[in-house]
Amino acid sequence: MDKITKELLEQVADLHEIPVGAYNIRKDGELYGRNVSANIDIVTKKDKPGIDIIIKDNTVKESVHIPVIISQSGLKEAVYNDFYIGENCDVTIIAGCGIHNGGKEGSEHSGIHAFDVGKNSKVKYVEKHYGQGEGTGERIMNPTTKILLREGSYMEMDTVQIEGIDSTKRDTSAKVMDNAKLVIKEKIMTHDKQYAETNFSVDLEGENSSADLVSRSVAKNESYQVFNSEINGNGVCHGHSECDAIIMDNACVKALPALTANNVDASLIHEAAIGKIAGEQLIKLMTLGLSEEEAEKEIVAGFLK
Amino acid sequence: MLELKNVSYEVNDEAVNKEILKNISFTIDERFVAITGPNGGGKSTLAKLIAGIITPTEGRIFLDGKDITDMSITERAKNGISFAFQQPVRFKGITVKDLITFAVGHQISTQEACSYLSEVGLCAKDYINRELNASLSGGEAKRIEIAMTMARGTALSIFDEPEAGIDLWSFQSLIKVFEMMHKKAGGSIIIISHQERILNIADKVIVLANGELVNIGKKEDVLPGLLVDAPGCSVLTEKMKEACNG
Repeated sequence: MDKITKELLEQVADLHEIPVGAYNIRKDGELYGRNVSANIDIVTKKDKPGIDIIIKDNTVKESVHIPVIISQSGLKEAVYNDFYIGENCDVTIIAGCGIHNGGKEGSEHSGIHAFDVGKNSKVKYVEKHYGQGEGTGERIMNPTTKILLREGSYMEMDTVQIEGIDSTKRDTSAKVMDNAKLVIKEKIMTHDKQYAETNFSVDLEGENSSADLVSRSVAKNESYQVFNSEINGNGVCHGHSECDAIIMDNACVKALPALTANNVDASLIHEAAIGKIAGEQLIKLMTLGLSEEEAEKEIVAGFLK
Repeated sequence: MLELKNVSYEVNDEAVNKEILKNISFTIDERFVAITGPNGGGKSTLAKLIAGIITPTEGRIFLDGKDITDMSITERAKNGISFAFQQPVRFKGITVKDLITFAVGHQISTQEACSYLSEVGLCAKDYINRELNASLSGGEAKRIEIAMTMARGTALSIFDEPEAGIDLWSFQSLIKVFEMMHKKAGGSIIIISHQERILNIADKVIVLANGELVNIGKKEDVLPGLLVDAPGCSVLTEKMKEACNG
């Protein structure tokens, strides 16, 4: 494994070596390594780029790593990954994409992930996006996530983009059935002239379905962020969305929350707060001996932790 | 030793200069010094001037003979000034352990961080990894504020109304914390307070009213006159008299 691949894998998947269990590593548009387990099968799609990940009923305490690495400047790809998770599972799925762009041309990855989560299953989905490289070419990532949570299932999606992505449009949509719950935690930091757009759209279809969408972001320099969230309550349900942003320098953050209650028993809440770092937070840390710059760094790091 | 020489602080409010503190001079070298006086008298402003959060419009401030008037908050902190806020600041994502670590100035073990929390009557394991966010009650945040100041261990500590909002934890415990801090770090502890029990432990009492230093001295000399001489609202005084007579 070369140095760049290793670095990117560490950044996006916390992998220091080839993982245990099922994995599929894609590098520069090609399969770099794959392993399947007794309960988790990974099959290459025949009609388009991408894979099917099939997890058997009752699979518990297993994980799948499906990192994508792009180190070729100018590579543009769209990859379709479909996850079929059986009933009564408890699994962790770690995706993520790292781009190293050392050239002038833009590199672009669009990951289209669809999840079909079976009855009473529990899924933790971790997705991390990261870019690096000395080149002037843009690093672009446009992830799309489509989720179907069947009866009694639960999914937690942790999505993180802290560094190095010049432009991103992140579309996540979900349909939540009876007694199912969706939790999304998003963390984004943009700097320089980066652009990040988040679009959440959740349909709470089932009785006692619920969703909790939390986005924390920091926008620095001249960067621009847009946060759109839409929760539609179509039954007896609970929906909560929260957008909490720190704005610095000449950045811009726009939050457009929408809630639609189509049922008298739908309970929907949205909270949004955008503002600079509170002066009193800086002052408190400075009275503990930190410089203003150190204080700012710690406040941002804590906020995105 | 802390010395204030002719310190004044003015703010420009709606184009009118308002004097918040007027020509304050004193030295502090005692163990416990209480600053008291009516609300709005300038006590918290004085604390902020000493910590460097605001700078005086006139006058100089000296710490151990060194002029610190133009020093930043950070420089003053590094020179040995700690300040426990009246209203503890809340953060998102920063834990109690993080803050105690900042206060100490280097990485510390969980056990060490816990020792400070137990001094303020908090069970460390419940708090050490908690974020100092809005989910903590006022009293909890206040005790953590005190623990941070204690962890710094500097020669000069200022507490702005440390007893406010502290419920079950007794005054006696708070006083023990002050005593322990002095034993460890020496120097002086300045406590802004209205509470008689706090004033009673003071070696020196400073009374501020309407931005002026109206009295300074040993508690035996200052405390008896405190209530009698306190400038107050004449209407309120009349009302209280009526209430007492009626």
